[in-house]
Amino acid sequence: MTSKRTGIESSLAIAEAVKLANTDVIAAYPITPQTHIVEGLAEMVANGELDAEYIPVESEHSAMSACLGSSAVGARTFTATAGQGLILMHEVLLVAASMRLPIVMTVANRALSGPLNVWGDQSDAMSTRDSGWIQMFVENGQQAFDQVICAFYIAEHPDVLLPTMINVDGFHISHVIEPIEMLDRKTVDGFLPPYKRKYTLDPDNPVSMGCFAAPNIYAETRKDLDAALRDSRKVILEVWRKYGDLTGRHYKLVEKYKADNMETLLVTAGGYSENAMDAIDKMQSEGKKVGLVRVRLWRPFPYEEMVQALSGASNVIVLDRAISLGGPAPICSEIRAALYTGDKRPQVASIVGGLGGRDVSPADFEKLVEMGLQQIKAGRTAETIMYGVRE
Amino acid sequence: METLSIYVPRLVTKGEYIASGHRACSGCGEVLAVRYVCKALGRNAIISMATGCMEIISSPLPESAWEVPWIHTLFENASAVASGIESGIKALKRKHGYTKEVKVVAMGGDGGTADIGLQSLSGALERGHDFLYVCYDNEAYMNTGIQRSSETPFGASTTTAPAGKKSMGQHTWKKNMAAIAAAHNISYVATSCSSYPIDIMTKVEKAVKVKGPSYIHILSVCPTGWRCRSSETIKVGRLAVETGIFPIYEIENGQYKLNIDLPYLRPVEDYLKLQGRYRHLTKESIAEIQVKVVEEYNKVRQLAGLKKIK
Repeated sequence: MTSKRTGIESSLAIAEAVKLANTDVIAAYPITPQTHIVEGLAEMVANGELDAEYIPVESEHSAMSACLGSSAVGARTFTATAGQGLILMHEVLLVAASMRLPIVMTVANRALSGPLNVWGDQSDAMSTRDSGWIQMFVENGQQAFDQVICAFYIAEHPDVLLPTMINVDGFHISHVIEPIEMLDRKTVDGFLPPYKRKYTLDPDNPVSMGCFAAPNIYAETRKDLDAALRDSRKVILEVWRKYGDLTGRHYKLVEKYKADNMETLLVTAGGYSENAMDAIDKMQSEGKKVGLVRVRLWRPFPYEEMVQALSGASNVIVLDRAISLGGPAPICSEIRAALYTGDKRPQVASIVGGLGGRDVSPADFEKLVEMGLQQIKAGRTAETIMYGVRE
Repeated sequence: METLSIYVPRLVTKGEYIASGHRACSGCGEVLAVRYVCKALGRNAIISMATGCMEIISSPLPESAWEVPWIHTLFENASAVASGIESGIKALKRKHGYTKEVKVVAMGGDGGTADIGLQSLSGALERGHDFLYVCYDNEAYMNTGIQRSSETPFGASTTTAPAGKKSMGQHTWKKNMAAIAAAHNISYVATSCSSYPIDIMTKVEKAVKVKGPSYIHILSVCPTGWRCRSSETIKVGRLAVETGIFPIYEIENGQYKLNIDLPYLRPVEDYLKLQGRYRHLTKESIAEIQVKVVEEYNKVRQLAGLKKIK
């Protein structure tokens, strides 16, 4: 069923997953650090390994626009981008969601200008938080491969029909060669149903897509989209369960690592979580009661599961790899809001770090936990700490 | 000629693909042009439309005037969406047994084409997608209230380039979109005008037969924005052509052909005086426009291998 592990760059493993999904159309524009993914796909199309239309568009705005068109005629559609590319397509992302077009996209997360910086952080993902896409974080190449396969299933499911974004840290995941267990074509064919939608742009059954909404109906369309996005969690769980049964790799809305009965919980999202795990191993071996909770599904945000995962602890320390200038760090603010609805409200410290590709090593995570605990002790949780910044 | 004018309309289909009851202003030349384009396209077309007047007048949820599959997403990306539609259909044909012959058509106003949508149009033309782009040029951002675009003609007063004590309104000359489209080395480019239904339909039929991209630029009279009488839409459009202000031509595989070859040009004033947007023009400005119009008209004549006229 599954093949043995192959040493492969994560970006190319993502391209393999897109190929295994028998994708029909890829529209993409080059941008570091995403480019290896679409280069891989272009090569597959050129070699005849993947029968697809590859549209080398003239901008990310057009990449996502072309994806709208191809998805609207019923073709399975993929793109990838990063950083500036994601925010250039921002306008189109919102339309993809509102038109319920199940485009799958990987984002090799990158810092935002200015100043220009091609290295990794999650500012790009945070800027598209409210776009109506299903959004998730992965922590390594294997998860990226798995989630691309699952994303087509989830996005195209008739009860979902929503575009899906997989956040893959730029360079730290995208450019790393890892042993990855691929699936074979037959297995993917058996797992992934074909993309069939009831309404397409079809002369035999003409529909109008993208009509404008006046004040008398706009709010209803937004409510409808919000409900669809919230409801998608049922299908996400179902698809992940099936995928777990098939591969033995199980995914959860909120992922925990040695987090049970811990006084202090660290919260991370994305590739740096693996560094955090090393730090947790070391700290626990020293008798410290520190565990880790990772954000998997970012939208729809799994409030209940997050509260369940965190509310047993006294202290929560959230690392955001994005800065909300003049406001609270994005993941932390979400977590604070979630915890406020619970009966038990742990103290929450907010730390911003790892911006623009700056490393956060396991040793840094240990320091970062100490800083967070000091902050809580001092009763200064309203402040956001910038970790490792020269002042 | 008389016999022809009775006979020719009988060749035109009675099928309508943009239904009446839409919300266009009375005397709208643009929606007339859309109607003719759609008649020529027939039912096997998919339309990708840019934000603008035609989108707003035709699609207030939960209603739609479109009898053909139609998609509107944003302002600047109608060509990119059309690229995706065309590529998607190609993939479906090759892989999933899709057999329909569908014409993919992108449409936009002058803003959606010559300004904000120019990049995506250029990209789609350059990549060679098999689609037709139709620009309905009413020479300003009419949908948002008559703001100037790069297609607004010299001397016209708009709300963002108004005529005043120190300004005569638009001080730049109209961007030549047909030449820009032709510079992509595509097989078919044409201009037309909302007052010439048969010309529009003939050109659309020709354009969709071309393999690869084609482009039609249609001057569309806008009584609201041009400040002319809504009963004179057809007359004003004809005068745009008869004065040489808007020449009607085709560029087939790089070769220009003047479709309406006039023995002489009427004075531009005949056209300008019917429109409030030119009301402020002095005799000197009109004379300046007259010189430029003849010069530009002769450039087209020259490209079409015709002698200059005075």
